[in-house]
This record gives sequence, C-alpha cells and structure tokens, in this order.
Amino acid sequence: MSVKPLLQVEHLTMRFGGLVAVDDVSFEAADRAITAVIGPNGAGKTTVFNCLTGFYKPTVGRLSLSPASGGEYLLERMDGYRTAQIARVARTFQNIRLFPRMSVLENLLVAQHNKLMRASGFTVFGLFGLPVYRHAEQKAIELARYWLDRINLTERADEDAGTLPYGDQRRLEIARAMCTEPHLLCLDEPAAGLNPRESDDLNQLLAFIRDHEKIGILLIEHDMSVVMRISDRIVVLDHGKKISDGPPEFIKNDPAVIRAYLGAEEDEAIPDEVKDAAAAANASEAR
Amino acid sequence: MQATSGRSLADMVKDALLVGAISTALAFPLVGFKTVDRTTQIDLEFRFGGMFYAVGVITLGRLLLSLIEAGFAQPILAVTGALSVLWLANQVLDVVQLDNEVLGWLTWMAVTVIAIRAWIYFRRAEADKAEAEGREYGALAKQAAALGGRALHFLGPVGVIFAILMPLMPFADQRMVDLGILVLTYVMLGWGLNVVVGLAGLLDLGYVAFYAVGAYSYALLSLQAGFNFWEALPVAGACAATFGILLGFPVLRLRGDYLAIVTLGFGEMIRLVLLNGPDFGLLRLGAKGIGDIPRPSFFGLVFSPSAPEGHTTFAQYFGLDFSPIHRVIYLYYIILLMALITNWFTLRIRKLPIGRAWEALREDEIACRALGVNPRNTKLTAFAIGAMFAGFAGSFFATRQGFISPESFNFLESAVILAIVVLGGMGSQIGVVLAAIVLIGGPEWFRDLALYRMLAFGGLMVAVMVWRPQGLLAHREPTIRLNKLRPPAVAPARVKVS
Repeated sequence: MSVKPLLQVEHLTMRFGGLVAVDDVSFEAADRAITAVIGPNGAGKTTVFNCLTGFYKPTVGRLSLSPASGGEYLLERMDGYRTAQIARVARTFQNIRLFPRMSVLENLLVAQHNKLMRASGFTVFGLFGLPVYRHAEQKAIELARYWLDRINLTERADEDAGTLPYGDQRRLEIARAMCTEPHLLCLDEPAAGLNPRESDDLNQLLAFIRDHEKIGILLIEHDMSVVMRISDRIVVLDHGKKISDGPPEFIKNDPAVIRAYLGAEEDEAIPDEVKDAAAAANASEAR
Repeated sequence: MQATSGRSLADMVKDALLVGAISTALAFPLVGFKTVDRTTQIDLEFRFGGMFYAVGVITLGRLLLSLIEAGFAQPILAVTGALSVLWLANQVLDVVQLDNEVLGWLTWMAVTVIAIRAWIYFRRAEADKAEAEGREYGALAKQAAALGGRALHFLGPVGVIFAILMPLMPFADQRMVDLGILVLTYVMLGWGLNVVVGLAGLLDLGYVAFYAVGAYSYALLSLQAGFNFWEALPVAGACAATFGILLGFPVLRLRGDYLAIVTLGFGEMIRLVLLNGPDFGLLRLGAKGIGDIPRPSFFGLVFSPSAPEGHTTFAQYFGLDFSPIHRVIYLYYIILLMALITNWFTLRIRKLPIGRAWEALREDEIACRALGVNPRNTKLTAFAIGAMFAGFAGSFFATRQGFISPESFNFLESAVILAIVVLGGMGSQIGVVLAAIVLIGGPEWFRDLALYRMLAFGGLMVAVMVWRPQGLLAHREPTIRLNKLRPPAVAPARVKVS
C-alpha cells in the first residue's frame, strides 16, 4: 500500500526569462522528519522555497501537499497568502522578517490572524467585545505563550521584536511560523549568522518540533554541522538540478556532492565546509 | 574655557568675510532689487538697505557659529537667548514699536537659530565631559521623560473633560468655540488618516478627496433628497468608504512614493470633477459651489431667530434668548462626539486582528503574506475605514459652512492633514490632537503675522523634524501584554540604544 508523503515535488522547473533557476527537480519530504535542501550558492534552493510557499508560480511542475489529517493541496496553483492560509505552509526568511516595531506577543498573534478574524466576526463581534472573540483571543495568547516558553522569550513578550538579539529573533520567527499551526514548516537558512550556542538552541528547537508536532520540516542550510546533525534526509541541488538525495551518511560520501562543492575531482582540495560537515557528522555519531 | 578647535580668531574672521562675500553675490540679485507696480509699467527699485542688512546678519552669524565651536558657547547662548526672549516679550507687551515688523521677525529667527546652535553645542560638550568623567549624563532628563510618559496616560482623559467643558467656560466666546470646531474637525480628520498612514503605513496624499465626497454627499442628499443631517451622515460615510475602496484597488501593489503620487492624483481628480461639474443635479454648479445647505437641528428644534412653519426654535423651547452662539456650541458638541467616536473606534480596532494586521502590513508586507494575511482585504479595509471618517467629517463641514465649493478641497488640505499625522507621531492618538492644536490653532493665533505665518509654520515643521523626526509623541504601547504586572512607560535602556 502506498501512503503519500507529506510533500511531493514533481518535475519542478522555474524559468526567469532565459535563465533556468530550477530544472526538473523532484523530491519528497516526509511527515515528522527534517528534510534539508543544500547546495552551493546559486543552486536554486531559495527558488524552490519560493515556489513552494507561493511567492513564485512555477513554470512547470506539480507540488502536492498531503497532510496526515487528510486532504491534498496543489501548491503550484496557490499564490501568495493562500498557500499559508489554506495549505498551511509556513516559512521563515533568509534575512529575518519580523514585525520589528510590534511586540513579540503581537508578532505571534498576527500569525493567528485568520483564526482570530473569523472569531471576531470579521471585526464586528470584536468591536463590541463579545465573549466569543475574547475566548478566541485568550486561546491564541495561550498558543503564543506555549511557543514563547519553548524559545525562552516569555519574559520579553512585551518588548519590541526588533530589540531582541539576533539569535532570539531567528527563533521567534520560527515560533511565529509555528503559531500558524502549519502542516509544513519551511526554514530558509535558520542558522545563518548564529554563534555555536545559538545554533545548538536552534537544533534543539527543530528537534522538538519534529518530535512533538505532527508536521514536516524542510530547511535550506549552509551550516553543515546543523544539516548533518539533524536532517533525516538531504536533497542536494547544483545549478538548478538535483544531484543527490538521501540520508546524511549517504550524502557526505557521495562523489557527486563532493564534486559539486569542489568544482573538480581533486580530492586534496576538499573545502572546509565539507570537511566540517564530515567531522560534525562523525562527532554526532560518536555521541 | 579654552579654544577647542585649533582655529585662530583671524581665521574665523576671514571665513566669516568669505561667507559675507558669497552672500553679497547671492543677495544682490535676490534681495537687492524689488519690482514696483506703477499701474502702467513695472519698475525696478534698489533695496540695498535690506541687502546689506541680510549680508550683515549672515556674516555676523557665521562668525558667532565659529565662536561657538571655538568654545564660547556659553556667553553666546546667554546673549542670543536673552535677545530672543526679549524680542518675544516685546511682541507681547508692545513696549518698543519697530517700524519694520518683518525685518524684526527675520532677525529674531536668525538670533534664535544661533541661540539653539549654541545650546546644542553646549549640551554636547557637557555630555562629552560627563562621559570622560564617567558620570551618566542626562539621568535627570531620562527620569523626567519617564515621568512625562506616565503623565501622558492622564493627558487623554483630562483633555476630553476640558473639551467637554470648554464651551461653558467664561472665556469661551464665539471665536473661541469656532476655533475649537475647526481644530476638532482636523483632529477627526487626523485620526481618520492615522488609520491609513499611521497604522497601515499607506502614504495617502489625497485624503481630502474623501472629505470632499462626504461634504458633497451631504449637500446633495439634503438639498435633492430632503435628508436631514443625521440621516445623511451614514450614507455620506458609506459613499466616502466606497470611494476609498475604488482608490484602493488600483494602488494595491504600490507603496511609498508611488502610492503617494497616485493618491495625490486621485485627490486632484475628485476636485477637478467637482469643479467641472458633471450634469448631475446641483453638481453642475461647479466652481460656484453649493449654497444653502441645511443646518443640523437639535431633535427637530432649529437654531434661528424665528421658527419656520411647523418648527420650534431651540431658544423658544428652552425659554432662552436667541443667541447665534447656541448653534455654534451645538456644532461644537456634534464634532466633539464624532471625533470621540472616531477615537474610540480606532483605539478599539487597533486591538483587534484587523488592526494588528494593518500594523504588520506597515512593518513587512512579505512576512504578512507568509503568515496567510490577505494583503488586499487588509489594505482595502484600511482605505475604506479611513475614508469613512473623512466622509463623516466632510458632512459636518458642509453643514457647518452651509456652503461648499471645490476650492475647499485642494491639495493644501491634504497636506495639512498629513502634516498633523506625521507631526503628531505616526499612530499616536494624542499626538494628533497636539499637532492639530499647533498646526490649526497656531496659524489662527498668529494671524497678525499675515503672510509670514506660513513661514513660521514651515519653520516649526522643520524644527520638529530636526528634533523629533519620529513625531511629537511616537511612543507605541503594545496592543496587548502578556506580563501584566510590569510597569509601563519606563522602557529598558537597551531599547534606547538601538
């Protein structure tokens, strides 16, 4: 019997004029697992993400999301906010996009906008403070508090999001995405610019989400220590094409991947990135 | 006090003279001549007195600025500050009459600018000294600011009580109440525009268009369909909101400067349509405007010396002597009520999901889309609600004036309303009130300055933008708090730094 994976990407192609940013890429992402998309700069990782989250409309391809709770959503047909609203695909951004002059809690409440809009009778009930809205708002705050507790920001919930340290902003953005109660969480370089301690915090948060929430995580990452340690499956892109796909142990020994990162088959000149990755993976195995 | 910059006095004098020479070259064609209209022809007259005066002021001013930086900030501050205050006192008390008022004001401005520069330099030097000695500078100022922040919580209620009691006070004559009505109209417009600009972050330069739609809706409904003020009010608001949505659709993808240009154009379009008058009942009057717009009545009681057929006057009913101020006071309370409703609505909606979505949209539209917030509906509601309040205010304007013409709805009005919002601090309700008092009350107050009041107005705007680029009151209180027990207003030091 065949159960459909959470996300199925088939023959995804994205052209910008004459440039083919993503060329016939197919992969799958499972529920309750972390799937990483890696590749050198310009490999088309972020384009794949933008197609998945409705920011681009793919030129060719089928992107189907089949959450365990039932239903099937064809992401290539949805644009912009609908992907987040209906198919419940949440995302974060490479350059953090919080609402800097709104408080941390407000950031998490905006993420629950659609739910609260319905509860507030599209503003009418809310205007007169009917209990149905107050109740919904209370529940929204509880959800926000739950995630704030996870990222240790409950104390600073009333401060402006823009004043938080960088690492906290990263995790807040993930918490905000989780407040939309997504089926699939897409993280665009969540570890970029984090120091090793913040990076560890992030790994824990991601592991927590994978183990406790019934969702899939898809992430783009440059930091190999993060990728190798927490991914269940890795998809490697280069020049818009998929060159490898498999578990971390397989990827780190795949000659195609090494070649992509090297540019040639000179074994001596393995870049630090890949060496680090191998070392990190070995270290985590040793543990 | 030693000279900190290594320049000698000779250098400074040389520099000042050079500036003097340049300003002579500039002032010669600009200030040195004036045209005189002799009915048959226009003659050129020399005005070297004024020119030399200007050059003198500039040269001396430059020298003083150099001296300030050379470490003489304190004595210069004392002298120029005293002169500036003396001049103002003289203006109020009228001790010495000057034969040229304008020249006096210009000199005063120059002196004041130098005094301010000296003050800024002085404070900076003090702060540097304090830092060198390891003291914290301005701790007192910070405490005062925190205290002021707490006082703001009371400013609102106190202001409302004052506004309610104002017409009943002994000093409130008709001119005062009239001014109150004018200020309140702009407060209401400011609060309405605040939804669009302050909360949703959509720069709207054509807001007056909705004001015009409201005014014309009421005029047409009352004159052609016989609606009274209270019946026409919601219809006028709905009309304006419809126009808001009409404007909103084409500009959904625009923001910032581009949005400003399109809204500016929209404002002009509405005015030109009204001016050229489509053949639509009274509208064909175009530039002549529409007159005889009915005044509002108080539960059927009219405000006039004698009652028309089948009506009672307000004065008769309450056994008062007729006085025109009754109607003015009544109008005052109408606009006060309407403004307070606008305020209540805005404060309330800020705490609702739609209000938060507006603010989120202002902060980052892409992030909004990633969270499933529908940007189209969110923007359109902001436009519609902002326009609705302008429509209400427009109806009030029409019933107060009794006469409207397209000239009342030119771009300057939009600019003033936007200035009120920006000056007050985007999104701040009390800030809008303060700014409306300053910007609308101020020019009325300074009416004696005639043409130069616009100059004063500009100077004031520049001053505010220099010292408080974020507006008079820009503190934003979160719409909801998780940790209720924390004291408000005192922001942690970290916030100040970033």
